Amino acid sequence: MTQSPDKPSGTLPDTADAFLAAGGTLRHAPGPYFGNYGGRWMPESLIAALDELADTFDKAKADPEFTGRVAELNRNYSGRPSLLTEAKRFAAHAGGARIFLKREDLNHTGSHKINNVLGQALLAQRMGKTRLIAETGAGQHGVASATAAALLGLECVVYMGAEDCRRQALNVARMELLGATVVPVTAGSQTLKDAINEALRDWVANVHNTHYLLGTAAGAHPFPAMVRYFHEVIGEEARAQILEQTGRLPDAVCACIGGGSNAIGIFHGFLDDRSVQLYGFEAGGEGVESGRHAATITLGRPGVLHGARSYLMQDEDGQTIESHSISAGLDYPGVGPEHAYLADIGRASYEPVTDSEAMDAFRLLCRTEGIIPAIESSHALAGALRVGKRLTEGRKNPQDVIIVVSLSGRGDKDVATAAEWFNLLEKDTPEAEIGAEGEQL
Amino acid sequence: MSTTAIISKTAAAIDRALADGRTALVGYLPAGFPDVQTTIDAAVALAENGVDVIEIGIPYSDPVMDGQVIQAATVQALQNGFRVRQVFDIVAGITARCDAAVLVMTYWNPVMRMGVDEFSRRLAEAGGAGLITPDLIPDEAAEWFEASDKYGLDRVFLVAPSTSPERMAMTVKASRGFVYAVSLMGVTGARANVSDAAQRVVEAAHAAGAERVCVGLGVSKAEHVREIGEYAEGAIVGTALVAALGSQGVDAVGRLAAELSSGTPRSRTGA
Repeated sequence: MTQSPDKPSGTLPDTADAFLAAGGTLRHAPGPYFGNYGGRWMPESLIAALDELADTFDKAKADPEFTGRVAELNRNYSGRPSLLTEAKRFAAHAGGARIFLKREDLNHTGSHKINNVLGQALLAQRMGKTRLIAETGAGQHGVASATAAALLGLECVVYMGAEDCRRQALNVARMELLGATVVPVTAGSQTLKDAINEALRDWVANVHNTHYLLGTAAGAHPFPAMVRYFHEVIGEEARAQILEQTGRLPDAVCACIGGGSNAIGIFHGFLDDRSVQLYGFEAGGEGVESGRHAATITLGRPGVLHGARSYLMQDEDGQTIESHSISAGLDYPGVGPEHAYLADIGRASYEPVTDSEAMDAFRLLCRTEGIIPAIESSHALAGALRVGKRLTEGRKNPQDVIIVVSLSGRGDKDVATAAEWFNLLEKDTPEAEIGAEGEQL
Repeated sequence: MSTTAIISKTAAAIDRALADGRTALVGYLPAGFPDVQTTIDAAVALAENGVDVIEIGIPYSDPVMDGQVIQAATVQALQNGFRVRQVFDIVAGITARCDAAVLVMTYWNPVMRMGVDEFSRRLAEAGGAGLITPDLIPDEAAEWFEASDKYGLDRVFLVAPSTSPERMAMTVKASRGFVYAVSLMGVTGARANVSDAAQRVVEAAHAAGAERVCVGLGVSKAEHVREIGEYAEGAIVGTALVAALGSQGVDAVGRLAAELSSGTPRSRTGA
C-alpha cells in the first residue's frame, strides 16, 4: 500500500554506467519516483486533481489526436524545429572545441517555456478546465502561459513575487497585454518560491475549474515527468541535428538549471548515449562560498518542497533558504527530482556558475555571434567554455571535441540588467534604475 | 505493525469530552508566536477554558495550506528566532500544566530534516500525543508509520471534499487519534459559515470506519461548533484564536475558548 521514498523504484538503477552498458534505458522514466526522489508530498485536497491530471496525461500521450495537435502547434505556432547553430567565433574561447547552440531562443515567446505551456494548456482543455494559473519568476513562464491561454481562449492568472514584478515590469505589461491577470505576491521572500506557494493556495480553492500550469520539471507527480515529456522535443531535435551536421554524437551537452526544465528536455535525448557527458549549470550567484547562490544540487540536501522530494536549499531546521542569482529564472531553492536522481547515479554532473562568469559569457556570445542570450542560458554558455577547455586540454585536434549547448532563451528581457552590469547606462536614467533593481537580487 | 497496543492520547481526550456530552474542541496555536512562553501560557488558557486537544503548529517557510492570518503569525515567530527544537519545550511546558492532549501540526520537511525517528522520539519524550501532517499523505508516510508505532504517537491525516472513496478508506485506516476533515477546498482562515461540504466529508469518513472525525478550516464561532457537533466528534479552531492572541493576548485566547466551548454541549446522545 505504501511506497517508501527511501527505496528506489525498482526499475531504475543505482548507478548509470553499468546499467546503460548492459542495454538499460533511463529514457521516459514515468515517475512518481526517480530513485529516492519525486513522489507527492502534497495536501490531500490536491491529490484528486493530481490523479486526474496524471490519468489525462497518460491517455493523451497515447492519443494520436493529442500528440498530433502538439506537433502541429510546435511546428506552425512556436516555429519548431528550432535551429542548431554552430558558434565558431564563440568556440575559439573554449579551447577550440566545436560548440553548437540549440536555439530555443528562437521559439515564439523567446524561450523553451512555450513547449510545456502549449502541452499543459491542451491537457487543461481536455479536462474541461477553463482557467489556468501559473507562477513566474523572471516572467518568461508567465508570458508563455498567458500566450497559451490567449491562443486557446482560457482565463489566466499569474502569480509573481512583488519583488519580481518590480524588476520585470515589462514582462508584467506583456502578460496583461495578452489578457492575463498578474497577482503580485507579498508573502515570504516575494520571489518565485512564494509565487508557487500562492498558486498552490489558489489551486486548492479553485481546483474544480482550474489547472495549475507549473512551469518547471519539479513539483508533485505527474509534473516532473509531464513537463519533461513536453520538453523532450528539444533533445530529440538536437540529437538528430548534431548527427546530421557532424555525423556523430557530441562529447558533452550543457544546460542551465534552476528547476531544470530545459536541461531535462535536452538531456533526455542523450540519456542512453553513454559517451555523451551531461552537464547542468546551477546559479552560483555571488559564489557558493558567499551563501548567496542557487546551487541546489551542489550544496543542498534532500528534502521536500512544493510536492517533491529532491535536493533543496534548507537550513538546519528544514526551513527553505532564500536563493540568489542575477538570473530570476534560476533563482529557485529547489530542483526537479529527476535531476537529483541523475546526479546521484552519476549520469549527469552539476556545477555552479557565478553571476560574473555568466555575464562574461553573455557578453562574449553577443560580440562573437550576434546573439543576445538570456542570462539563464548564459550560465550554460559559461559552463560550455569551462567544459570545452577541460575536454580539449592536451589534445592535438581540439576541434574533434563537440559540445551542444541549450540556448534556452533570448536576452531581450535582460538588457537593462546587463547594461547596468557592464556600466553602459547614463546615471539617473529610468533604465539605469531598472537595471540597478534587477541586479539587487 | 501492531496498532492495537497503542493507547491514543488524542482519542482518549476526545472520548472524555463525548462522555461528558460535549463535542471535542481542538484549538490551534503557532509555536513561538510571539514567543515560546506565550505559546505555553495561551495553550494552558485554552485547556482551562474547555479545549480538549491542543494543536501546536511549527512555523515553516512555505506554508501552502495556511491563509494570511496564520502565515503572518508564523512569519513573525520565525523572525523572532523560533527554532524547531523549541516545539518540544512548548509541548513539555503545556503537558506539565494541564491534561489536554497536545498534537503538533507540521509541514513535513522540518521533520524530515531532523530525522523522522529522532523527531518522534523527542515529541514522545515531551509528552506529545502525535502529529497532524497537512502535506504528508499516507502514500508517502512509511517512515512515519514506523516511528509513530515505535513511540506510540497519533497520526492525524487530512481528508477533503475531493477525497475519493478509495483514498478515504486508505486514509481512515492509516489514521490514529482522529481523522481531520477539511471542511472546504481552500486554506486556513475564518469564514462566516462552515461549508456544506463538511458534513459530507465527515459522513464519508464515518462510513469508511472512522470513529472520531474533527472538522477544521473556517471554524471560528460557538454556533459553528454546535453545528459541527451534530455530525462530527470534534471541531478545530485555528485562525480565530491566532487573531485573538495577536491582537489582544493570552486572556483574549482564554475568553474566546470559553465562548467557543459554549457551543460544545451535544443535543443528542451517542454519535
